[in-house]
Amino acid sequence: MEKLALSDDILLKVDKPARYIGNEFNMVVKDKEHVAIRFVMCFPDVYEIGMSHLGIQILYDMMNKRDDVYCERVYSPWTDLHAIMKEKDIPLFALESQDPIKDFDFLGITIQYEMCYTNILQVLDLSKIPLLAKDRKDHDTIVIGGGPCATNPEPIADFFDMFYIGEGETSYDELFELTKEWKNMGYSRDEFLMKAANIPGIYVPKFYHPTYDENGLITSFDHDEGVPATIKRQVVSDLSLAPYPSKPLVPFIKATQDRVVLEIQRGCIRGCRFCQAGMIYRPNREKDIEVLKKNAYEMLTNTGHEEISLSSLSSSDYTDLEELVNFLIDNFKDKGVNISLPSLRIDAFSLDVMSKVQDIKKSSVTFAPEAGSQRMRNVINKGLTEEVILKGAGLAFEGGWNKVKLYFMLGLPTETKDDMRAIAILANEIAKEYYDIVPKEKRQGKCQITISTSFFVPKPFTPFQWEKMYTPEHYLDCAKTVNDAVSEQLNRKSIKYNWHHADVTVLEGVFARGDRRLSKVLLKAYESGCLFDSWTETFDMDKWLKAFESEGLTMEEYTLRERSEDEILPWDFIDCGVTKAFLLRERKNAYAETVTPNCRQQCSGCGSARYNGGVCFENKN
Amino acid sequence: MKIRIRFRKFSIMKYIGHLDILRYFQKCMRRAGIDISYSGGFSPHQIMSFAAPLGVGLTSDGEYLDIAVESSEASKVSVDKLNAVMVPGMEILSYRKLDDSEKNAMSVVACADYNVFLKDEYEKKCNTALDIDSLREKKKAFYDDAKEILVTKQTKKSEKVMDLKALVYEFEINENDGRIVYYIKLSTGSVDNVKPELFLKAFYDFMNIEFDENAYQIHRLDLYCMKDDRLISLSETGEEIE
Repeated sequence: MEKLALSDDILLKVDKPARYIGNEFNMVVKDKEHVAIRFVMCFPDVYEIGMSHLGIQILYDMMNKRDDVYCERVYSPWTDLHAIMKEKDIPLFALESQDPIKDFDFLGITIQYEMCYTNILQVLDLSKIPLLAKDRKDHDTIVIGGGPCATNPEPIADFFDMFYIGEGETSYDELFELTKEWKNMGYSRDEFLMKAANIPGIYVPKFYHPTYDENGLITSFDHDEGVPATIKRQVVSDLSLAPYPSKPLVPFIKATQDRVVLEIQRGCIRGCRFCQAGMIYRPNREKDIEVLKKNAYEMLTNTGHEEISLSSLSSSDYTDLEELVNFLIDNFKDKGVNISLPSLRIDAFSLDVMSKVQDIKKSSVTFAPEAGSQRMRNVINKGLTEEVILKGAGLAFEGGWNKVKLYFMLGLPTETKDDMRAIAILANEIAKEYYDIVPKEKRQGKCQITISTSFFVPKPFTPFQWEKMYTPEHYLDCAKTVNDAVSEQLNRKSIKYNWHHADVTVLEGVFARGDRRLSKVLLKAYESGCLFDSWTETFDMDKWLKAFESEGLTMEEYTLRERSEDEILPWDFIDCGVTKAFLLRERKNAYAETVTPNCRQQCSGCGSARYNGGVCFENKN
Repeated sequence: MKIRIRFRKFSIMKYIGHLDILRYFQKCMRRAGIDISYSGGFSPHQIMSFAAPLGVGLTSDGEYLDIAVESSEASKVSVDKLNAVMVPGMEILSYRKLDDSEKNAMSVVACADYNVFLKDEYEKKCNTALDIDSLREKKKAFYDDAKEILVTKQTKKSEKVMDLKALVYEFEINENDGRIVYYIKLSTGSVDNVKPELFLKAFYDFMNIEFDENAYQIHRLDLYCMKDDRLISLSETGEEIE
């Protein structure tokens, strides 16, 4: 039997031992003695979530295509195993070789959401890697972070040796060549870090020094000699040529995303002003349809998955969507493969497709107007109008659907009570449409309109990056306003309303736009037991409040303050493609309630054209 | 066409539970290009059933699943194709065509046999003071010479008294590489299901020795059904496709 890091006793005691044994189909096995670099990729959440992440699958495949690199994986041990590993002093290990993490050259951590920050500390702690980068010695593992949250790495800067800012496909080869040179030449960790800091997209926090005034505002952000002042976010210019896995890993236990994921494009043409992904993944880049057909065929054959899902921020904007969907249906539907189409705009085409691939009686149609009133939707630049929503819903009702899901945000800039109440009114109008369109004898009971609201969190590199947030009490008041308005509607019995907790939103808001002073709060929070903060059963606001208090900081100074436009923001040293001038223009347009045309209608000069790819160059030769 | 597949589950695959093995095989069928039959409806599923689910922690040389296929290649080709898409710890042993009138494996299983032995990590700390000869002596008194062995089986709803003498067909104590191995062949299935650990616990109770279930590896050897009043291995049902 292959040697496992955990004993039989432990594996039979913990929940879902399959999380910790590896051995999945398509797992890469290499002789660790014959590789120059050992890399372990971490998603700091539980296995079922981490295994669902496309980015890791892409990087795992890309790195392992190199003969001199062996990339393995690690996820956060669930709380049951965490306790056992602490008690028995068992070091955290990688799934493939089952070797301790601290034997690796690199620990790469993908940082997808702010509420996983304490899990990062757990991984370092259980790996017995010094938590603070400054305490690491020459032969300690290099800890590198990446992913969307690395666009503001400052709150976690103290724990990382370096960050990779941008899309992973571009600069890793250069980093690996440098690493081999480092190992051969034997220069110090600092010399290596200094050289790495000059690779495009690599940010080494220890060479950059923010200073703060008495109010916690950044007064300067200096850097050591020999490193660039600005880090340029890395972007793949032609996605059709970028590596994509043909043999994704197939987990034994059901992962959140238990299907083939086909990335059809990156970025979005829409420019919703609240959406960080819509800004930082600019320009929108479509993948060639022939490449996608090949990817789909290979991945389904090599995994045996029973479902394929298209992945993108707005699938309906993909130019050849119709051809692609028909290809998938024609080639795979008869083989028992389900086709899942998230983020589709509801219209005649999408309803026709959905009626072919899913059971109308069980499924629902989804709209994400994000705001209830047209005024508010103009502020956030969400181009969806009430007319379009009602028409789409009407078509769906005629087609036999009677369930509609609606997604909104509360706490948006300039929001009034009328905007909140408009959410309930819109839901009522949709229900009215159902009762007007579908004759009594054809109805399958009432229609079911489900409203879900989340609270808006301003993110870096968006036109709303300067906006203030609110107190948890205010957020719950917003939800109450919507709830009261729902109960006043004629069709209230057809409407269900769900809202989120406000505490996590506030904490997410703190870290999204936080600065380096927060590292010590995080450390305190982890030491006091905070872990798996994105899970309601483990989130503990009191511990967080105490951690802030003990470090002399407050959440409010990060959330309740509107930033001034000339303030140095913690992430200003990163060049994300979109310029500050564009973001400021968009902010003014928001306040003027002016809609900005999408990238295909008209270029707004956001700055990302310099990446030389995608929508900026469509139809231009 | 009905097909019966025999497979082994060993090594670290013992940590994968039955439902996940079911999902695993659904994907294997697609990867191997087996022309499996699907049920109708909007979410069609493969026609597949298992003989007797194996618990987490157990290993086996005799696991069976039945599938329905639209068409099939030769047994040998199908075995090779399936083995090409297995993970370490899973191995396909046979692939045989069943007569259409044959009942599915789950309903015909009557008996299973097991080897039970101390796990490596328990061998030192758990080795009982008894050597093999004294164990065999105890066994003679407990099993061979007994007219009945009554135990109370606790179920969720009630208690049930079972006579293990009638339900355990064979019980031997062997030695393999200096390790004591219990061989137990007992009734399995929907009517009289006995688990090997229940029987061993009764034996240890009889000897007045504490029985630590976690210390023992239970390894299933094979599953059997009745044919012409005789127990035969499920692998002998059906026929090879040439």
